[in-house]
Amino acid sequence: MTPELGQLALVLALLLSLAQGVLPLVGAWRGNRALMATARPAAAGQAVFVALAFLILVWAFLRFDFSVQYVADNANLQLPWYYRIAAVWGAHKGSLLLWILILNGWTLALAIFSRQLPEAFAARVLGVLGLVSVGFLSFTLFTSDPFTRLLPMPANGADLNPVLQDPGMTFHPPVLYMGYVGFSVAFAFSIAALLGGELEQAWVRWARPWTNAAWGFLSCGIVAGSWWAYAELGWGGWWFWDPVENASFMPWLVGAALIHAQAITEKRGSLRAWTILLSIFAFSLSLLGTFLVRSGVLTSVHAFASDPRRGLYILCFLAVVVGGSLLLYALRAPKVMGGRPFATVSRESALLVGNLMLTVAAAMVMLGTLFPLIADAFQLGKVSVGPPYFGLLFPLLMAPVVLLLPFGPYLRWGKGEGGQLKSVLLRCGVAALACAIVAAFFVGGRLKAVVGVAAAVWVGVGVLLYVAKRWREMPRGRRYPAEMAGMLLAHFGVAVFLVGVLLSESLSVSRDVRMAPGDSQTVGGYQFRFDGIRQTTGPNWHAEQASVTVTRDGKPVDVMHPQKRTYAHEQVQTESAVDPGITRDLYVALGEPMDPARLQGAWALRVYYKPFVRWIWGGGLFMMLGGFVAATDRRFRVRREARERVVAGPVESTAREVRA
Amino acid sequence: MNPTRQRRLIIVLSIVAAAVVAVGLTVFALQRNMNYLFTPSQVEAGKARAYDTFRLGGMVKAGSISHSENSLRVAFTVVDASGAMPVVYDGILPDLFRDNQSVIATGHMDGHHFVATEVLAKHDETYMPKELKDAMAKAHAGRHVAQATATPETTP
Repeated sequence: MTPELGQLALVLALLLSLAQGVLPLVGAWRGNRALMATARPAAAGQAVFVALAFLILVWAFLRFDFSVQYVADNANLQLPWYYRIAAVWGAHKGSLLLWILILNGWTLALAIFSRQLPEAFAARVLGVLGLVSVGFLSFTLFTSDPFTRLLPMPANGADLNPVLQDPGMTFHPPVLYMGYVGFSVAFAFSIAALLGGELEQAWVRWARPWTNAAWGFLSCGIVAGSWWAYAELGWGGWWFWDPVENASFMPWLVGAALIHAQAITEKRGSLRAWTILLSIFAFSLSLLGTFLVRSGVLTSVHAFASDPRRGLYILCFLAVVVGGSLLLYALRAPKVMGGRPFATVSRESALLVGNLMLTVAAAMVMLGTLFPLIADAFQLGKVSVGPPYFGLLFPLLMAPVVLLLPFGPYLRWGKGEGGQLKSVLLRCGVAALACAIVAAFFVGGRLKAVVGVAAAVWVGVGVLLYVAKRWREMPRGRRYPAEMAGMLLAHFGVAVFLVGVLLSESLSVSRDVRMAPGDSQTVGGYQFRFDGIRQTTGPNWHAEQASVTVTRDGKPVDVMHPQKRTYAHEQVQTESAVDPGITRDLYVALGEPMDPARLQGAWALRVYYKPFVRWIWGGGLFMMLGGFVAATDRRFRVRREARERVVAGPVESTAREVRA
Repeated sequence: MNPTRQRRLIIVLSIVAAAVVAVGLTVFALQRNMNYLFTPSQVEAGKARAYDTFRLGGMVKAGSISHSENSLRVAFTVVDASGAMPVVYDGILPDLFRDNQSVIATGHMDGHHFVATEVLAKHDETYMPKELKDAMAKAHAGRHVAQATATPETTP
């Protein structure tokens, strides 16, 4: 009975989302306050019903209700309870429900924290979010209902894909979705501004904390995904330029550009149209990502769901969203344009160059990701675009960004200032050069590693110099407002990331070897001794587990236990063993048995020495932190006092900010 | 020419130059890194001759997998409905690699056999990657190609 209740809850949520999508927009258009006031209750009601549906699905998983098709497909009696909860978003239908739940979470938060916004504007924002929700709820109900019954009910279910049975997987999708869906808020703000023809840029200030938070979540989700690929897929790589990875990376790039564009628009009023366009792009790319992952048009490690109806629906939805918002943009953007001019050397110019580079990089990634589809459509044959394409172009496009990064904070809004830049250039340059020379001795002239050290020092010193400058020049308490602290943290994250990527890429040692028990291998100065295999079991798998003793110059370092697990239905999954460290990771994965006598014989082993690989994720986490910290800036909160002051007798500038 | 116009001209010219460089690089990189997918019978028909590296897709012939005695080298045969291609590979095979599994190998021809640098096996035995299914269907129009029924789903 309960699954039907879940379905009913979804239907009610769809009706409420229709109300939330239509009534407030009509109200804002006609100036009808009663209609505008429906937005918040509708959003709250919808969130309650969606949460109810989600909980019912969780409940079905927890009590093994195999009469529900989705549960039977993704869980069995041996699956531990924590992976049964993760299994809720382990496949298409449930992850879509999770998407809707998160969208409702964002909407609810916005409904609560938007009370200080002008009534019509808040109604428009919530209305647009309601329309987005209509799209996704009807998608769920019409093409991928998670509550479909399976009759007769099987005695046991299939299994959650073993690849997904990993702690990283339990929290990677929700966090990633927080980011994806978060861009819908920025999108809703922009559409609302276009609809209302906002002449002032105050709305950008209200949109900024949401964008920053969404971008922080997206960073975190990508880091988690990358870590999961590293630990779980058994290849020891951290990024594969896989279509689905690209799908999350494109909104991230555009989101990074959007954050900076919003800063310009909020502070100077310039580039308004560009900011609006970027938020449309960021959200559209999130939708495109869903399309790529869900429709099964691309072959990747992630996506095998190929129901053409779903792909068609998302494609139509995408066309409506992108087409509709771009049409609106074309009609209304000239109305909201404006702002102050700026000189060639100014903070605006620097941010604009960064913006262009990030956007072009996103376009480049998109071309590489979609090219196989395009080639297929034009009968050019079955083509795939290899990682070297991205590996060549991406660093080239990002080089100007890295070079400009230290100067950004020093540049003044509007006009150029030469003197200080020269001293920054000199100090960063000297530091980078000195460190590069020192590094060259250690890494034996590997160019990539030397470049990595130089670039990281260049960015890092630039950030630290600015930190010191603020410390010297500003009074206590006003040195690092949250917005600036967030910026500095994220920029410092770029430096950490550069160290990780370039050093681990150039200095890693990997070896695929055949080892019999007792054999030793030396990789990166560590001795790996293979001590044989024994059987072991877990809650829903049995495994062959190797024992690998690692020593360095005779001193023991670690005993590692990589596994080859077998799950239900003979699904095999490699579980690698990692010995983590700040300056290096040791990584051992078990290949296949080379001997018919599996337990006593020789095995294929993959042994890695990966210096500084952890810095990659460390950098990503710094960026995430930067996004979150910046979002908390007090300046972004709409101040009630300021509004009251307007009524009392306004200070000209505050009045202008709030009136819009 | 007045200074404003001159500045604009410089900006426009530099944007055009940057665009030309970007497009050129992209086309270059795309051309260098495009990998075509062929089935054994298409390779035998000489369709892959123009390409240094390409991807070979098909099924692992049952009983054809043989490991070397003292190294990681493995030899197997990839077949489609009418063609067969011997493959050698030095390295660790994916978890799902086994007899009758659909695989995609990236590499180049060396004489009459294919030297793989990467071998991918996708999902379980009932599933075949869409592009591989299409390619095999195209190579043998009208013939039966392994059905992709009850396709399991995976999320990111």
